[in-house]
Amino acid sequence: MALDKSDVESIAHLARLAIGEADVPAYAENLSNILTLVEQMSSVDTRGVAPMAHPFEMVQRLREDVVSEENQREHLQQHAPAVQDGLFLVPKVIE
Amino acid sequence: MEWEVVIGCEIHTQLATKSKIFSGAATAYGAAPNTQACAVDLGLPGVLPVLNKEAVRMAVKFGLAVDAEIGKRSVFARKNYFYPDLPKGYQISQFELPIVGQGKLAIELEEGSSKTIGITRAHLEEDAGKSLHEDFHGMTGIDLNRAGTPLLEIVSDPDMRSGAEASAYMRKIHSIVTYLGICDGNLQEGSFRCDVNISMRPKGQEEFGTRAEIKNLNSFRFVERAVEYEMERQIAILESGGKVVQETRLYDPDRDETRSMRSKEEANDYRYFPDPDLLPVVVTDEFIEAVRATLPELPDAKRQRYIGELALSEKDAAGLTAANATADYFEALLAASGCEAKLCANWVMGELSAALNRDGLAIEASPVSAAQLGGLLQRIADNTLSGKLAKEVFEAMWQGEGSADAIIEQKGLKQITDSGAIEAIIDEVIAGNAAQVAGYRAAEPEKRGKMIGFFVGQVMKASQGKANPGQVNQLLKSRLDALL
Repeated sequence: MALDKSDVESIAHLARLAIGEADVPAYAENLSNILTLVEQMSSVDTRGVAPMAHPFEMVQRLREDVVSEENQREHLQQHAPAVQDGLFLVPKVIE
Repeated sequence: MEWEVVIGCEIHTQLATKSKIFSGAATAYGAAPNTQACAVDLGLPGVLPVLNKEAVRMAVKFGLAVDAEIGKRSVFARKNYFYPDLPKGYQISQFELPIVGQGKLAIELEEGSSKTIGITRAHLEEDAGKSLHEDFHGMTGIDLNRAGTPLLEIVSDPDMRSGAEASAYMRKIHSIVTYLGICDGNLQEGSFRCDVNISMRPKGQEEFGTRAEIKNLNSFRFVERAVEYEMERQIAILESGGKVVQETRLYDPDRDETRSMRSKEEANDYRYFPDPDLLPVVVTDEFIEAVRATLPELPDAKRQRYIGELALSEKDAAGLTAANATADYFEALLAASGCEAKLCANWVMGELSAALNRDGLAIEASPVSAAQLGGLLQRIADNTLSGKLAKEVFEAMWQGEGSADAIIEQKGLKQITDSGAIEAIIDEVIAGNAAQVAGYRAAEPEKRGKMIGFFVGQVMKASQGKANPGQVNQLLKSRLDALL
């Protein structure tokens, strides 16, 4: 399966990546190669093989429902570019 | 053309755990911004999620309550999208293997009929934070206290065919999750939110039409109204030859309309994949059976018991069992008063509910406890109080003036049941209203029945509402008829 320019642009947009116009063909080729590899794997007969959700043959350990974290807001907000009234400030996200 | 609406709901219920689904931060509502958001909730590098056992237990409990298949092996997946209140850039959710599979429940409709609605699935996921768009000098404020709060998203089959059915379904889920104690059900605080998918098709057609999704409805009434508005909107588009656009819309209760949300050109391209940070979750049969043993009596069973054992009407039984707290109050009242179930039901659904509504109180916060109300009902049962006086005493109890007996004593509200005393009042009324008495005597016999109401009113007034109305009626009639 070959990806075209618009596929690459929409993938980049979904990942919020800014890519140079000149680099698009190279990305298209690289990504297409990955899909070709996936297609190759898809051609293997996997009937009778259980889908793998995780490479480890283990199950999730569960935590007891206990509050173990204290308020560390001042510490955690030290590196935030902008805070006000305890809120993180980000560029406006609605019109 | 005759149109049929097809409705499916996705309900997000916040699970009532103490800590978050993947971290040990608290989930309590209303804390100062970002004081309950730890490194895991903030999505800082190097952190790992650890699943809360209680969230799993609650999800299984819901599954058992709706006869669902429990996913013995469920898998968490990443749902990828960018929004500032989702710090990791993905929401941990479940996709292919949810913890709760196909189930069902019954909803009750106005006409007293019931309908089975399928539950497609219910899955565990984390809530996002909150964005505050008010005045921050052109910036948006982010509070991540809610980020990581456990949610159970309950997805219905597209089985509903009217706004009333959608609203009845939402009420039923609300009733079940609050009975189970897995969600506080607080609609105002956002603990219980409903997204509704609505599409129209010509009646008789199998195939579904294009749907619109109305997001974040937090009231039963809004669900019904949003569906009705949306039906009209879509029918108008279809009948004028247009096409309904698949999109997300918001309901504006002030204008009673739905509006398109900002268009997401990458709509629904969430690129789900299994979250490598979490291993598959396995619930054992022992775990499931242990949860089953904790299931309380559910609303349907309770309703049937009230109808069967207590001989209550369908309407009373449905009203009393809709919320667990109401049923608890009713049962406490029944035990405390020793009165008939019907009398208890009338007071809970009537006077008490009206007073709670008026003062905006939940039944748990009622100023008149079940035991205190029981004391009042006993005075009705033993004829100390008429229904009207009882309401007066109730109002005084509501204002904190004391027990029923104390108020009756203090206000001298004992009902007059002594025939001699009532007859004396009747004589006074007859003597003082000669014109009406003459009118009564002159009237056609079939009209007298209505006219007697005037005299009853006068006697009740003269007795300050204390005369037993049944006796007044009876004594008046024989006294007046003797004058004919």
